Amino acid sequence: MYLRRKILSRMSDAWMLITLAMIILLPLIIGVALYFRASGLLQNTGLIHLLGTSEWLPHEKKFGFVPFIFSSLYVTTLAFAFSAPISFFAAIYLTQFSHGRMLKIMQPVIDILAGIPSVVYGVWGILVIVPFVSKVVAPAFHFTTSGYSILAGGMVLAVMCIPYMLNMLVESFLTVPQGLKEASFSLGATAWESVKHAVIRKSFPGIISSFGLGMAKAFGETLAVMMVVGNMVKLSLNPLEAGYPLPALIANNFGEMMSIPMYDSALMFAAFLLFIIIMAINLIFRYFIYKTQMR
Amino acid sequence: MTLDIIKNIENSEILLTNCIFEEVEKNETILKIENLNVYAKKEHILKNINLEIPKNKITVLLGPSGCGKTTLLKSLNRLTDLYKELKVSGHIFIENDDILASKQNTSVLRQKMGLLSQRPYPLPYSIYKNVAYGIKLKGIKNKKLIEFNVEKKLREVGLWEEVKDRLHSSPESLSIGQQQRLCLARGLAVKPRIILADEPTSALDPVSSKIIENLFKELKKHYTIILVTHVLRQAQRLADHVVFMNYGEVIEQGSSKEIFSNPQTSQLKEYLIEGN
Repeated sequence: MYLRRKILSRMSDAWMLITLAMIILLPLIIGVALYFRASGLLQNTGLIHLLGTSEWLPHEKKFGFVPFIFSSLYVTTLAFAFSAPISFFAAIYLTQFSHGRMLKIMQPVIDILAGIPSVVYGVWGILVIVPFVSKVVAPAFHFTTSGYSILAGGMVLAVMCIPYMLNMLVESFLTVPQGLKEASFSLGATAWESVKHAVIRKSFPGIISSFGLGMAKAFGETLAVMMVVGNMVKLSLNPLEAGYPLPALIANNFGEMMSIPMYDSALMFAAFLLFIIIMAINLIFRYFIYKTQMR
Repeated sequence: MTLDIIKNIENSEILLTNCIFEEVEKNETILKIENLNVYAKKEHILKNINLEIPKNKITVLLGPSGCGKTTLLKSLNRLTDLYKELKVSGHIFIENDDILASKQNTSVLRQKMGLLSQRPYPLPYSIYKNVAYGIKLKGIKNKKLIEFNVEKKLREVGLWEEVKDRLHSSPESLSIGQQQRLCLARGLAVKPRIILADEPTSALDPVSSKIIENLFKELKKHYTIILVTHVLRQAQRLADHVVFMNYGEVIEQGSSKEIFSNPQTSQLKEYLIEGN
């Protein structure tokens, strides 16, 4: 009897260890595999050339990734700039100022928004955001565009990120104990002072990690962005011009044009870049969290 | 220059303290509660409370859990405003000023009371900044003056010697008992008249509890203390005046001597027997 229990216990230990190892190893395996698939291009062209030039002419074996990296970063930054303040203040209002009933109503709404497939957001972007950009935003700046642009991508992405970040922010603000707020109020602080010094400060790591995860998600989002961003290899600071983010490059071309030498390898390299950049975003935000927790 | 100011302040506080001592003799009332009713939705939490809280005494609110002691305490500095489901009616006068009147400046009003809750809730700042937070909310901006006051308040709660070398580290490095005294210092920093203590020792070990109790005995010279507790022995050790509550009502009140040696109602008698 005892032996059986002991064996069972050992087995469950081993099982948990294996699953844990799988979770840890998986990203590593993906990274290594992508690197090896991309190594053909790396040996042929060299890393500096790939990351330092902006010419994309696969037929001539010219693979400059700068426009793609730039587009990705641009779209993500715009999306972040639109969505972070909105979700931040919405979360503060929902958890600190509104009636408790409001939060109960909003929570399923947020969940539904977060659960809408990205293709739906893409279609909505084509129907609403793209015309909005071409007919309202662009004329205001005396510019003509089809509307399929970095800006449209950023706006669609922002709308997609809001429920995602809002959810995490609400969670982290709700963990601030009521007693802490009461302590601040009882010292004569106003509602905003209490929110600023007690709630926001206490949930700082939570805020940073919501922003970080939101950004990483935005960076990797493929379909909806691809549908509205124009998909043209360009390098322009003007957000009304079209762009071509990394995920769109992979999704648009994978499985096609494989007759071109090195193309397959170039797409793998794009995936590898995406992987590395998202990992870097995560690590940077981890570091911020670590720093803020140390204070 | 600043030292002069500081000395002046100290002198005036000594004067103030003397005044307080004179007032003690008169057995003055600092807080008067009239017909206080609190409802939460359909539940009647506090039923027609009428109380007078004597100045510079420790008034103990005694009673079983869930009898409305904490709600009563929170009505006193309008923390009930934070709970939108609570409906409060009646009057609470502090020096002829009705706390529950809607026009009141709640910030100024809450600074008349220092709250000490069941668990310490230090703000996510350093030890120094926790106390300075209270001082700054009082409108003091002079750095030297803040520094002086932080030390003074930390000394007042007997924490200065223990933390003076690590003022800028996080309060989390302190024991729970020390954190509770830090919160008390932070509360005293806004110069309250009354200390509202909501079972302040319930999360503490016996030694830390003892320190807090002794502090209260010391602090009642300068402040009025309203202490919520369900620890009968603590009530007996500290109380000057006792209010016994049950099911949202004041069942019995009187001086500590009257209440503990000669209880009138059967409910209190039962509670005293159970507690001892």
